[in-house]
Amino acid sequence: MADKPNVIVVGGGLGGLWATMRVAEAGFPVDLFSLFPVKRSHSCCAQGGINACLDVKGEHDTVWQHIVDTIKGGDYLAEQPPIRSMCEQAPGLIRTYDRMGVTFSRTPEGGMDQRLFGGVKKRRTAFAGATTGQQLLYAIDEQVRRHEDEGRVRKYEGWEFLSAVLDSEGVCRGVCAMDLETMEVRTFQAEAVIVATGGMGLMWGRSTMSTNSTGAAASRLYQQGCQFGNPEFAQFHPTAMLGHDKLRLMSEACRGEGGRIWVPREPGDKRDPLSIPEKERFYFLEEWYPTYGNTVPRDVASRAIFRAVRHMGLGVGGENTVFLDLTHHTRKFLEQRLGGILDMYQTFSGEDPYTRPMKVYPSMHYTMGGLLVGYEKDDATGAMKEGSARNHATSIPGLYACGECDNAYHGANRLGANSLLSASFSGRVAGEAAATFLKGKKTRSEVPTSTFEAEQARQVKLNEKLLTSRGKENPFALHRELGEIMQERVFVERNNEDLDKAVDGIRKLRERFNDVSLDDLGMRANQSLSWARQIHDMIVLAEVIAKAARMRDECRGSHYKAEFELKVPEGKFAGSPEYEEYRARWKSNNETWLKTTVATNTPDGPSIEYKPIDISVLPPEAPRDYR
Amino acid sequence: MATPQEFLFRIKRQDSPDTAPYWEQFRMPYAPGHNVVSALMYLREHPVNSAGNKVAPVVWECNCMEEVCGACAMLVNGVPRQACAALLDGLPQPIVLEPLSKFRVVRDLQIDRSRMFEALKKVKAWIRLDHGGDIHRHAPLISPDEQDARYLFSRCMTCGCCMEACPQFHQNSTFIGPAPLAQVRLHNSHPTGAYDKEERLHAIMGEGGITDCGNAQNCVQVCPKEIPLTTAIGELGRQTTAQWLRDLFAR
Repeated sequence: MADKPNVIVVGGGLGGLWATMRVAEAGFPVDLFSLFPVKRSHSCCAQGGINACLDVKGEHDTVWQHIVDTIKGGDYLAEQPPIRSMCEQAPGLIRTYDRMGVTFSRTPEGGMDQRLFGGVKKRRTAFAGATTGQQLLYAIDEQVRRHEDEGRVRKYEGWEFLSAVLDSEGVCRGVCAMDLETMEVRTFQAEAVIVATGGMGLMWGRSTMSTNSTGAAASRLYQQGCQFGNPEFAQFHPTAMLGHDKLRLMSEACRGEGGRIWVPREPGDKRDPLSIPEKERFYFLEEWYPTYGNTVPRDVASRAIFRAVRHMGLGVGGENTVFLDLTHHTRKFLEQRLGGILDMYQTFSGEDPYTRPMKVYPSMHYTMGGLLVGYEKDDATGAMKEGSARNHATSIPGLYACGECDNAYHGANRLGANSLLSASFSGRVAGEAAATFLKGKKTRSEVPTSTFEAEQARQVKLNEKLLTSRGKENPFALHRELGEIMQERVFVERNNEDLDKAVDGIRKLRERFNDVSLDDLGMRANQSLSWARQIHDMIVLAEVIAKAARMRDECRGSHYKAEFELKVPEGKFAGSPEYEEYRARWKSNNETWLKTTVATNTPDGPSIEYKPIDISVLPPEAPRDYR
Repeated sequence: MATPQEFLFRIKRQDSPDTAPYWEQFRMPYAPGHNVVSALMYLREHPVNSAGNKVAPVVWECNCMEEVCGACAMLVNGVPRQACAALLDGLPQPIVLEPLSKFRVVRDLQIDRSRMFEALKKVKAWIRLDHGGDIHRHAPLISPDEQDARYLFSRCMTCGCCMEACPQFHQNSTFIGPAPLAQVRLHNSHPTGAYDKEERLHAIMGEGGITDCGNAQNCVQVCPKEIPLTTAIGELGRQTTAQWLRDLFAR
């Protein structure tokens, strides 16, 4: 095995595990790196489900409609051939998961059940109780454990990816990683490397993401020259419960089941919510959006909450929070419909959501942007070419990316229950692409040992610098400050003045990082060292996000600047002169902005360029319209 | 209970697996809504013990913070549980934190649970797929009742609380422990998983297998997911007995 051409996979959530399985099945050994046992990856947090057109309810759902929903949901910003492939192959992927033994919820006939999910008219979401992500993760984890048991996969759990090893031609030849128990820094050779390191929510301080979803790995690759796509696009979920440690997602289902969002009409009202009479409550979603009321889409709800709290100063008790109120329902109704979710609220808040309104606020939730990945188009089908070595390849030869850390599939906004799908599908595709890339190779490439030694020395030096720096900055405090900047200025509602301040503030943090001092100088399970390195890399990537947001002067999906909003004329529809004039303005805006943002690292900071998108599947003729 | 001014922690620390553990006390100003992990986050930013000395921050594991990944299991006031779901309001003080005692300590509250993952290999806790590509076929039909029963077991997050509570499982015993046993129950009940039932049963019939269970029933009481571990072990007892008889007559 030692001499056989191998693949390294970094990250063991759905994306990384699917990639690992497909490479192993193709007959190449895999070294799988993860910060922790892969079974603990963030994929386990996804609750709702996974989309695939199986039409088990006999509703005449079509794959085409799934494609349309995904493209439009992303406000046309994603490359379309890969979306076509993903939606076409989603049913096959679910069948495979079913064969793995996933505990998908069943119909009375014993087949797979499906349910409705946000913004979709047909029941297209397969689910496993209230923990679909966990169930999918465990199934693929079991498959990879079997490959490990049979000698095709070797796991490096408790190892942190530090960098790619690039040769003099800029080709990826392996990785440099650190053992988080002994702090040993080592390099590992591979013919191809697949990174599947997940979302990047920790740049916002706290988010709905797991505490290891920092984006540090993606940032490290960006700093090594890997291009980054659509950094400014991040999804904010309107209703997350507050916490010192994490913002826990309160599912959209709460609003779907009649939950009402409100704040006291009197700013700073400190009364017990139950004692505030009905007429002194401001149900702002219901007043502002009489048609949809509390069930407006995620981005609209997030911005409305932001407006009520930040522009009007109506946050509950003067804080960044609003009420999500279900107390008008009976306990029995709520237990049946929302039991699992409300129990979680109770566990983590200590308050009873059955009798008291929940306290929520929008939270960073998902990164649509990520390492820029390509694909090969199959002109015969208009989809991605099956098995092409170019699929999910990054701008660094030999380096692939899949899962939430890539920029594919979701464009400017992600559709609910499409994340488990894209994580799984992209992992499978990346694994197959890497296997094609290795095809025909009999032995490992000859790479000078000096290439590996140089990278190892560079990383060891970074550690030494941090361990000997005796400045006055605390890395954990710097992270908090970074979160405050992102939360304050790179959030649901953006403007250029704030974004300029954000870029400026982040640069200052970067300077202050040079003056950092660690409270742990040992060489055993030194989490302060590992964390400090991650914070540096979060700061670097945060600047890319802020700058890309500053430069995109339009509203698209999750990216909103009031100044550049194209308002749909009220009460007017296709055919009327006002609407057609609006459509023309929308199209002309697309000429300028319907492009992938491409960020490249330079010594002067991020350079931002724009790249055209393949819109051959569904050319943008009609703006999104949720009226 | 009156709102306290501050929280007091007593934390069992250990610098490495082969050095002696020691206790250290920390204080944190009171704020509502804290849990054990958010408190540890506060303490790593302010790593000063209650004697006023700056010390290395306490090391621990966490990830999801929603009691679904299994990373942050530790002893909180002597009870094995997920630290993220242990709210400080209502916990008697001082709040005592210790690593799970049945596993190798990496450092402080961080432990090495690889033995549990190795056990999953031993019992072949998987369904043997021919390959991961699409074969245009689903799994065989499964009744909603059976799937609901399986779902109880498939939520096991390998946190180790049941292993900690089990008197038969410790570093000097070979007993496989309750969590991996429940995975045998899970996979044996799947229509295609059942193809390898015999192999899984044989894996738990020898030394360190199911007969080492002392029936203390502690495991089921501490499981954060309320997985019916003892029910699984009971079912496996019957399955292994039947297998023993089949083996006897097949000889």
